[in-house]
Amino acid sequence: MAWQRKLLRVDLTAGTCTPEPLNMEWALKYIGQRGLATKYLCEEIDPMVDALSPGNKLIMATGPLTGTMAATGGRYSVITKSPLTGAIACSNSGGFIGAEMKSAGWDMIIFEGKSPQPVYLWLENERAELLAADGIWGKSVWETDDIIHTTHQDPLLRVACVGRSAEQGCLYAGVVNDKHRAAGRSGVGTVMASKNLKAVAIRGTRGVGGVRDFKAFMKATAVGKKVLKDNAVTGIGLPAMGTQVLMNVINEVGAMPTRNMREVQFEGASKISAEAMHEPRESDGKPNLVTNAACFGCTIACGRISTIDPQHYTINNKPEYMGASGGLEYEAAWALGCDTGVDDLDALTYANFICNEDGFDPISFGSTVAAAMELFDIGAITTKETGGIEMRFGSAEALTRAAELVATGSGFGRDLGLGSKRLTAKYGHPDLSMTVKGQEFPAYDPRGIQGMGLTYATSNRGACHLRSYTVSSEIMGVPVKTDPLTTEGKPELVKAFQDATAAVDSTGLCVFTTFAWTLTDIAPQVDAACEGGWTPETMLEAGERIWNLERQFNLDAGLTAADDTLPKRLLKDAAKTGPAKGQVNRLHEMLPHYYEIRGWTADGRPTADTLKRLDV
Amino acid sequence: MLKALQLEPEKCTGCLQCEMACSFEHEGVFNPSKSRIKVFNFHDEGRFAPYTCSQCAEAWCMHACPVEAIVINAMTGAKDVLEDVCVGCKVCTIACPFGTVNYNADTGKVAKCDLCGGDPACATACPTGAITYVDAEHTGLERMRAHAALSIPKASA
Repeated sequence: MAWQRKLLRVDLTAGTCTPEPLNMEWALKYIGQRGLATKYLCEEIDPMVDALSPGNKLIMATGPLTGTMAATGGRYSVITKSPLTGAIACSNSGGFIGAEMKSAGWDMIIFEGKSPQPVYLWLENERAELLAADGIWGKSVWETDDIIHTTHQDPLLRVACVGRSAEQGCLYAGVVNDKHRAAGRSGVGTVMASKNLKAVAIRGTRGVGGVRDFKAFMKATAVGKKVLKDNAVTGIGLPAMGTQVLMNVINEVGAMPTRNMREVQFEGASKISAEAMHEPRESDGKPNLVTNAACFGCTIACGRISTIDPQHYTINNKPEYMGASGGLEYEAAWALGCDTGVDDLDALTYANFICNEDGFDPISFGSTVAAAMELFDIGAITTKETGGIEMRFGSAEALTRAAELVATGSGFGRDLGLGSKRLTAKYGHPDLSMTVKGQEFPAYDPRGIQGMGLTYATSNRGACHLRSYTVSSEIMGVPVKTDPLTTEGKPELVKAFQDATAAVDSTGLCVFTTFAWTLTDIAPQVDAACEGGWTPETMLEAGERIWNLERQFNLDAGLTAADDTLPKRLLKDAAKTGPAKGQVNRLHEMLPHYYEIRGWTADGRPTADTLKRLDV
Repeated sequence: MLKALQLEPEKCTGCLQCEMACSFEHEGVFNPSKSRIKVFNFHDEGRFAPYTCSQCAEAWCMHACPVEAIVINAMTGAKDVLEDVCVGCKVCTIACPFGTVNYNADTGKVAKCDLCGGDPACATACPTGAITYVDAEHTGLERMRAHAALSIPKASA
């Protein structure tokens, strides 16, 4: 099968790297990546452990299709306990590092303990060594990546690392690979830095073989690629516009969280949209967008590569930001833009570069800045607390300065690095935190898209769109159109998306394929690659098993049904404009039925029968 | 008709499907590090470029080989490496001005693009048409067409 059947266990306390066989019995139940690594984490750590203590573990995991020719087969995930939420964290990234790890002969790396000194892992096929990180600790992601390549004199190395924000304890720092792809959410980078682990540098030359049935695999993946190519979203929309294709769409349906979710439509949306990224600018006649770009094996290529206007105030005399780099995706453009009220495309692109350069989540960062702006607006904080920054809604200068401060953990950046829950609590207004389980919202207002309210409230990693993207159905009509303003049928919809997504996230494929693919397209690819007799039904069941395992971890970590809720603003304050005008999110109409169809008790705990049925 | 690989970097997204297809064709595994075609990422310019052997007519590698292990494939025009003749001396890797012949430490031989015997897997795998397999005498046809289009008198003029 397309697994390497091998994991690397890195004991950072002892400084040892030890290969061990992958538990194939678990792989047949949990597929790989998100599912399998969650199983390992649940078996190996105490869910009550302090996320930033040596007792937590951090797992980098690939799926069975990672490193193969399956379209988008380059994904890997970072699984750990989150310091931001206290719940399970599972952050998924593309780029090239996942395939490189697999090609080096490893399905998974488990980091445990804490190194006495900063180190990085150098992995060249079977050879694994922990090397002193003296020259890279205290450096940005971009510098670290360059220094490691120079040190090893190997341009083909792939690097995943943390930036200065993680070292400084920013609670939403990610692990960045290939300079601008990131396992971005829930503070997985913060955990990595807490272990004194700066980077992982990998070179793999063994390749990925062992596919169960090569002929069937090549046929199934070719069929899958054609489906992606022929689909309007994956074949045309995403390559041309990126995820930013959503900016104007979501604004029009009145589900655009604006100014810390006070409003649901942003008047400046068109200025920071995909269309705006294509417009030539006055200064040099070039558009913001240079090209689209693919992650490993991806035939969609939604990635944005952008430049900042050379005349823009943010990069005066800063040549390091004048080249092209990872541009705005929709979630980042929303958080940095709509949620803060900033409509300056270049300021947003700059803030996004800084997020990549020092490895922190632009969603949580933007939302936290938005919360700070509201605190400033109501006078709960002043320039005294912000170190002189006028944190006003709509201020590009405040946004870009805030990014610079979080990057290095300086001044008011330390407060902002706590995330919006802790920031608003610190200044006495916890209701202004737009979070679930302590994690900031993404770019869909659940007053205008009811299913997303249930999605956020029940997401195992806190507010997140990638756990059950019902926007697909409620707005785009994929796979079937549902009314975004009704709650009827949404518990079933959310459950179906959650289970299917958990399965997809465990394969090595990208969830964006599901704009075109269902498990009916995916199962034949997985089945041809692996033993286990995978069908759409068994994959969906594995997804449900994974979901319940994550839920069980969270319950054991001390979370309860009381955490399955939304901020008061979304439950009490009606949307002021647009098609959802007058609406709040009606979570109470959905949640009890959701628990019921999940086979959970009224207080949100999987029943013994459910756990037995799923063999969790 | 003799055909050649046509590489159009402006269409490349850097997905590496070509590298996987090449390694699968020649090595039986998905292994970009063993691919004979390479995609380069010019990060700061935001550009990608696939690159491989252009099958020179008077190939430096072929002339440099002391054991005549590199021969012309009469059907495809490719310069093929005869693995059982190659002694792994690497002189060809020095002779090639383009860097497209490389040593494979696992086999002890050199490896280069052989056009997959006339059905290049990279061209089949490329999702964007950045790599195509076309008439060797007309690799400039599309560019000529584009410029020809510029020369047409405008309808309104």
